[in-house]
Amino acid sequence: MPLQIEPRLAPSRLANVLAPLVAIVLALLFSGILLVAVGVDPLETYRAMLRGAFGSAYAISETLVRATPLMFTGLAVSIAFRMLFWNIGAEGQLAMGAFAASGVALFLSQSVPWLKGPALLLAMALAAFAAGAVWGLIPGSLKAFLGVNEIITSLMLNYVAILWIQYLYYGPWKDPQGFGFPGTARFPDDAVLPRLKDTAWLPQLFDTGRVHWGLFLAIVAAVLLWLVLDRTRWGYEIKVIGENPRAARYAGMNIVRNILLVMIVSGGLAGLAGFSQVAGISYRLQQGIVVGDGYTAIIVAWLARLNPFGVLLVATLLAALFVGGDQIQITMGLPAAVAQVLQGAILFFVLASSFFTQYRIRWTGRRAAVVGEQ
Amino acid sequence: MDLALLISIVAVAIQAGVSLVYATVGEIFTERSGVLNLGVEGMMIMGAVTAFAAAYHSGSAWLGVLTAVAVGAALALIHAFLTITLRADQVVSGLALTIFGSGLASFLGQRLGPGGKPLVGLVGPRFMPVELPVLSEIPVVGKALFAQNVLVYIMYVLVPVAAYWIYKTRPGLHLRAVGENPATADALGIGVFRTRYAYTVFGGMLVGLGGAALSLAYTPGWTENITGGRGWIAIALVIFALWDPWRALLGALLFGGVNAIQFRLQAAGTTIPAPFLNMLPYLFTILVLTIVTVYESVSKRVGAPAALGLPYVRGERTG
Repeated sequence: MPLQIEPRLAPSRLANVLAPLVAIVLALLFSGILLVAVGVDPLETYRAMLRGAFGSAYAISETLVRATPLMFTGLAVSIAFRMLFWNIGAEGQLAMGAFAASGVALFLSQSVPWLKGPALLLAMALAAFAAGAVWGLIPGSLKAFLGVNEIITSLMLNYVAILWIQYLYYGPWKDPQGFGFPGTARFPDDAVLPRLKDTAWLPQLFDTGRVHWGLFLAIVAAVLLWLVLDRTRWGYEIKVIGENPRAARYAGMNIVRNILLVMIVSGGLAGLAGFSQVAGISYRLQQGIVVGDGYTAIIVAWLARLNPFGVLLVATLLAALFVGGDQIQITMGLPAAVAQVLQGAILFFVLASSFFTQYRIRWTGRRAAVVGEQ
Repeated sequence: MDLALLISIVAVAIQAGVSLVYATVGEIFTERSGVLNLGVEGMMIMGAVTAFAAAYHSGSAWLGVLTAVAVGAALALIHAFLTITLRADQVVSGLALTIFGSGLASFLGQRLGPGGKPLVGLVGPRFMPVELPVLSEIPVVGKALFAQNVLVYIMYVLVPVAAYWIYKTRPGLHLRAVGENPATADALGIGVFRTRYAYTVFGGMLVGLGGAALSLAYTPGWTENITGGRGWIAIALVIFALWDPWRALLGALLFGGVNAIQFRLQAAGTTIPAPFLNMLPYLFTILVLTIVTVYESVSKRVGAPAALGLPYVRGERTG
C-alpha cells in the first residue's frame, strides 16, 4: 500500500483535541445504527437523553447526584491505573465501604455514646475508607508478594463483596419493620450527609435537589489526589513504575511498598463512594447501591487520561448518559442499558482515535510502496 | 461418599463446566497468538442472549448456536481491529468489550422478545440430554458421561482436537510462534497480523458458543447476568491451565464440581446461608490462581506466551 504509518514525534495539538470529539460523534453514529436495527429512532432517543440529563435544574441536580459515586470510583481506579495496576475491583471496594459505613451508623453509634453529630459521619467515612482499602489490599498483596494476576483477583472479590452485603440486608441486618423490603433500618439522623439545599449558609442559587455533601468530598479528593500525583515524590514514583517498571527498580524504588500504598488509596477512595451512597442517598444499606460504578470507573479513568480533574468532568458526562438513559426508560419505554452501550462504544472509538494521536498516516506515493509493501 | 452421589456430582459438574470449557479453550487460542482479550464476559453474555433470541424466534436451537458463534466472532473482530491494527491497549480494549457486551446484552434482552418485549421468562428450544447407545450403558461412568446434551459431546471432541491442533500441526506451530516471538515468525514468512486476526476471531466464536451453552442447555432461557462472571473465571482458568486445552478441561470440570457441590448442599438443606455457598466459585478462583502462580514461579515454568499483550509492529523492538 502506498500508505505508511509512522509515529508522531511531537504530539499534534489538533489531533489531541479533535480525536476524542470525533470519537464521540462516531460512537453516537455507531450506536445509532444499532438502535435503528432494533427499530428505535436514534435522534429522538438522543434528544430525550439530553433533555433528561441537562434539560432542567432538576435534571442537572440528578446528573450530579449520579456523578458523585463515579467521581470517587474514577479517582480510585485512575491512581491504580497510573501504576499499571489493573484494579477492576472498585465495585467490591465500594460495596465493602457501604457495608462498613452502615455498620458504624447502625450499630457502633448505639454502643459508643460520643459518636454523634459530625464525629459519627467522620467515623463512617473512615470505616468505609478502611474497609475499601482492606478489600483492595487483598489483590494488592497477592500481586505484590506472589505476582498473582490482579485483574482476576480484584474482579472475583467484587462478586464476594456483593454477595456479602446481600447476605446482610436480606439476612441478619434486615429491618424487622421493613415489611420484607430487602434493606437495613434507616440510619440515625446524625449519620446522614446533608443535602446542599438543607445547608443554611450556602447561597441557594437554584434547586439542587438531592445533591449532597458527598459531591464536595469527591472534589476535595480529586484536588488532594492531584497534589499527591503531580507535586510529590510519591506521585512521581507511581508514574515511573507505571511507565517503566524496570527503570523504577534500577532507581531503587520499592515496588511492593508502592503497590500496597496505591491499593490502600485506591480501595479507600472506592470505599468512600460506598459511604457517599449510603450516607447521602439511601440512608440505609439496600439493593441498588452497587450498580456497576466500579466498572464504569474504568471508562471514566481512561477517558480522563487518569487526570483527577478530568475524572470529575468525565464522571459528570457519563452520569448524564445514565440519567438520560433512565429518562428514556420512563418516557420512551426503552431499556436504560442504552447508556451502557453508548459508553462502551465511546470507549472503543476513543481507543481507536488514540491511534491517530500517536501515529500519522502518510501518503508515500508509488515508489515507496514497493519498498514498504507487506 | 456413596457412588451414586459421586456420579451425580460428576454429571452436574460436566453440565456446569461446558460453557467454561468453550470459553477457556477459545481464550487459549486467542492468547496463544499473543492477543489478550478480556472481553470474554461481554462476548459470552452476548452469545447467550442472541442464541436464545434466535432459537426462540426460529424454533431451532441449532440456529441459536450459529447466531452466538457469529456474534462472538463479530465482537472479537472489534477487539482484533483495535489491538492488532490500531495497536490499542489490549487490557482497556478488552474491558471496553465486556462493558459494551454486557450493556448491549441487557438492552437486547429487554427488546428481542415477541413484539419488542423482554425475553425474560420465555421458554424456547433447548438441548435435551441424549443417551448415547452402548456408551451410556458403560457401568458406573456411562450415565454421567454419555447421557448429556449434544453441546457436551461437541466439547468431548473439541478438547482433543484443540490440543492436537496447537501441539502437532503446522498451523498450530505457526500459532505458537506468533505468540512467542512475532518478529521471528514474521521473518519466517508467517503472517503475524493474519494469524492474530484469525485466532482472535476463532476464540470469540468459541466464547459465543460458551454463552449459547448457558442459555440453550445449562440454564435454559434468558436472565439478566446469566453469565455471573463465568467469562472472568474462564480467563483465570486459562492461567490455571497454563494455556493447555486438556488442563482447561480439568479446570473447568473442577469448577463445575464446585457448582455441583454447592447445589447438592443447598438441596440437602444445609445451614450455611446461600450467599456464602455462592461465594465459593469466586473464592476458589482466587485460591487456585494463587497456587498456580506460586507453582509457576517456584518451578520456573512459564505458561504465558512471551508476546502476550504486546502489539506487533514490524521493525520495532517489543518487550
